[in-house]
Amino acid sequence: MNAISKLAFDVEAIRAQFPILGEKIRGKNLVFLDSAASAQKPRAVIDAMVHAMEHQYANVHRGLHWMSERTTDAFESCRDAVANLINAPTREEIVFTKNATEAFNLVAHSYGRGVLKPGQAIVISELEHHANIIPWQMLRDSSAMELRICPITDAGELDMAALERLLADGKVGLVAMAHMSNVLGTVLPVARIAALAHAHGAKVLFDGSQAVVHRPVDVQAIDADFYIWTGHKLYGPSGIGVLYAKREILDSMPPFMGGGDMIASVSFERSTWAETPHKFEAGTPMILEGIGLKAAIDWVSAIGMDAIAAHEARLTEHAIARLSAIPGLRLLGAAQDRGGVFSFTLKGAHAHDVATLLDRQGIAVRAGNHCAEPLMRRLGVDSSARASCGIYTTEAEIDVLADSLDRVREFFV
Amino acid sequence: MSEILDDVRDLYSAEIRQHGRSPTHARRPDAITAQARGDNPMCGDRVTIFIRQTHDTVAAAGFEARGCEITTASADLMCEAVEGQTPDQIRAMAHQVETMARTGRCEACEPALQPLKSLSAVHEYPSRIRCVTLPWTALMAALDGKQEISP
Repeated sequence: MNAISKLAFDVEAIRAQFPILGEKIRGKNLVFLDSAASAQKPRAVIDAMVHAMEHQYANVHRGLHWMSERTTDAFESCRDAVANLINAPTREEIVFTKNATEAFNLVAHSYGRGVLKPGQAIVISELEHHANIIPWQMLRDSSAMELRICPITDAGELDMAALERLLADGKVGLVAMAHMSNVLGTVLPVARIAALAHAHGAKVLFDGSQAVVHRPVDVQAIDADFYIWTGHKLYGPSGIGVLYAKREILDSMPPFMGGGDMIASVSFERSTWAETPHKFEAGTPMILEGIGLKAAIDWVSAIGMDAIAAHEARLTEHAIARLSAIPGLRLLGAAQDRGGVFSFTLKGAHAHDVATLLDRQGIAVRAGNHCAEPLMRRLGVDSSARASCGIYTTEAEIDVLADSLDRVREFFV
Repeated sequence: MSEILDDVRDLYSAEIRQHGRSPTHARRPDAITAQARGDNPMCGDRVTIFIRQTHDTVAAAGFEARGCEITTASADLMCEAVEGQTPDQIRAMAHQVETMARTGRCEACEPALQPLKSLSAVHEYPSRIRCVTLPWTALMAALDGKQEISP
């Protein structure tokens, strides 16, 4: 991060671009600390989607008329923006899905059943979101594969020595792991994981749903074979997810779903598929969502991922200091490299009760198992509350959370 | 503290807090005839209900819960209320509790549900309604001879 981007980052100016942040919750200022679940939307995204609906909308890839051509251009420009954001070599390596979960299922179905072989193994870690567990379990059960679980340390970091042991027999075809944990905030050493996996003949898939929001991502630098993320956490709309995969891998995979838009020719006897990436995009795509995501990417890129990362690093330091000082509060995970996601338990209080009391103060946090039940079991907790930061989060909001938690603690003592 | 207390006093009433923190039925009764588990996958809450049926009534009910104060209080109040009731009465009560949790009203409530009326405040907290209904769903499953449910 350089001095210019640091000076340029003005959180109040950024907040002013999010209409929803002016909302009152039961008369109190909204303190939105649930961005890891889904982030709020800046004016630029809202306007882009409304503008499209008001002035420039038709179905894409099929009309020979002006409206369809312009809409196709607008939608397809999102593919370029996505490729640029994560430094994909070509735009054809970007596949749009309805969300990250669909992208995992696409890979499990098409790569898992079409390219991987029975008897091969898939490695995931203990800290995965259910979206990076269930598709592989289903693949294991349908295709006689093995699912191996790489443990994490008590600090919530990946056990790299264990990963090496899991890869040693050469049976692993794919290592699928989070880039950043949605529960612990841990950032995994993805380049090292990729190098290790490749050395043992395995491909790597990273779940970038959290990471792409918080720091610059370069899929070539980390040598990811697959990289998955979702638009709605990056200040874009829900309903659009991204699968990046290397061209030769996508070309080797059969289609996921069949229908219009994914074919080259159709007859009742035999049909042929469109080229990558369109063979994975059956049916009318998420047109408005693509236009919204393009606006979101342009917007965060103008601020700069480095500046965003620096802002969140300051917030993270502040949050850890404030939350750690609350008696009876256990912060889950203590990774060296981590982002602005804080899961915690409070002695004598259930996470749901904590979340309800915070909600009455206008503070939105998540409570439960965060779609990571095996991780919660590993940590020895049934549920936790989670506060997560976004580009608009301020240190003052962290202070409001910490002060409120102090009062919640007194309530439950 | 008082500010937070005021904001949630409707839901976290003295009675609910008493049952949530110091339940009297958090146990497995002797000679149980049925049990069933209810899971709330959204929050990880889990309640197991145990019943002993004799003749036409539920003679004893107890529970084990891993959950919030509201779930625990609801399970405790439920076990207290259903002891001595017939399965048909209990089914009617379950229906009334569900309506009460969703609407805050219970116009035709069974007299045995009187002590549960403080739980009606949960209707102002939509994401917490399942905390109240989960024990009842598990109890219905126990009466139906089912072991495990995820409502």
